[in-house]
Amino acid sequence: MHWQESEEVKDSLYKGNSGIGIDPLRTEFGFRSPLTGIVEDLDLKKMLSRRQRVSMGEESRYAYVATIEAMQKAQITEDFFEKNEVGIIYGNDSTALSVVESVDIIKEKKDTTLVGSGAIFKAMNSTVTMNLSTIFKLRGINLTLSAACASGSHSIGLAYHLIKSGLQDCIIAGGAQETNHISMASFDGLGVFGIRPDDPTKASRPFDQDRNGLIPSGGGATVILESYESAIKRGAPILGEVIGYGFSSNGDHISTPNVDGPSRAMKRALEDANIGAEVVDYINAHATSTPVGDANEAKALFEVFGKSNPLISSTKSMTGHECWMAGASEVIYSMLMMEHSFVAPNINPENPDEDSAKLNLANKTIDKKIDVFLSNSFGFGGTNSALIVKKC
Amino acid sequence: MMTKQTIIEKINDFLIEDFEVEEEELEPSANLKDTIGPDSLDFVDLVVAVESNFGVKLVGEDFANVVTLQDFYNLIEKKLD
Repeated sequence: MHWQESEEVKDSLYKGNSGIGIDPLRTEFGFRSPLTGIVEDLDLKKMLSRRQRVSMGEESRYAYVATIEAMQKAQITEDFFEKNEVGIIYGNDSTALSVVESVDIIKEKKDTTLVGSGAIFKAMNSTVTMNLSTIFKLRGINLTLSAACASGSHSIGLAYHLIKSGLQDCIIAGGAQETNHISMASFDGLGVFGIRPDDPTKASRPFDQDRNGLIPSGGGATVILESYESAIKRGAPILGEVIGYGFSSNGDHISTPNVDGPSRAMKRALEDANIGAEVVDYINAHATSTPVGDANEAKALFEVFGKSNPLISSTKSMTGHECWMAGASEVIYSMLMMEHSFVAPNINPENPDEDSAKLNLANKTIDKKIDVFLSNSFGFGGTNSALIVKKC
Repeated sequence: MMTKQTIIEKINDFLIEDFEVEEEELEPSANLKDTIGPDSLDFVDLVVAVESNFGVKLVGEDFANVVTLQDFYNLIEKKLD
């Protein structure tokens, strides 16, 4: 079993490595595109009891190992959770495989008991938070945030506000995404997945003229958010400070993104952070490699950041679109860049289109000190989230 | 017709494999609840394991007089009879 820890992720980001490959099962299953981020599922037998594991689907397994690593980085232990009221807000917006597996059993056996005791806990959308809160014995706020592909980002934003308002001192936030073919089938059905099976690593090409769709991916990403006082009190290594959260809803089409919604979210994040656009050194774009989405984000980015023209890249060019997880993982990718002073590349930039040509795209790795970054996440239904994080 | 020994072996196999019970804990006099876990949810999984291994569906009342592993072996034997 292997999962990518942040050190390995940092190296891949720096080198501009793509994690996209082919899943032969998808073609057989009727997918238009067999391409996906290649993420290994996890066997947690050595880490958790049977009782704990039977309630966990793919997304919870990813979230669990991500949280273990986040705890190590934050130098926080379960002993702290026991003595303090720690909460969890985690982004997740589907549990497709677990639901399908249970329904298949009921259809075959005509008996609901035979789905087993874990089925209900795996099938609910709050599966990640119900599992992690019981495993780690958390006693603070406990909720799952479902906001399509902005779920992970909003979870950090909401956690930030609960801490800022003094209601909580420490919250585990993040996002998880199942990657199995069952979970992605209806998304593929919309015709929005990129097709380039002869050259998978070139398929995710945000802002490039020849992009033809996003490449699905997933996993788990966790950050530990804590009040400054709490972090100082326990001598925690402070990796960054959330200084701004902007949100908006497009009030428009269910799947087609617009310019106004993302633009308002970014402006609100800047206002919340009380900084001008010129203070932002780097933007991790939402850009998924879809024709309309990237073009509209480019327009919104130019509208808000056109004057200062900060470096921009979409790490989805390497990772694919990690959907419910993306808003959290991309904050972590950006924090790794901030920690190690580089901007990860927007790979596959052969021909920028008209809108992206106006942006300062980092099309190769750039060694640069980052003090403040903004991370964009948008989702179906027109939900938008922009987070601004500052180096400490 | 399954022999008594085969039934015991099959049960012990899934208790070891699915319920992660240590082989040395599988004494006929052992308490079933202590063996598979104290959680009522574990009994749901026991019903699933019995159905998939023996094709027999147990219900709550079946466990009324089951305390030890031996009682459980006897219950399955009776159900298969």
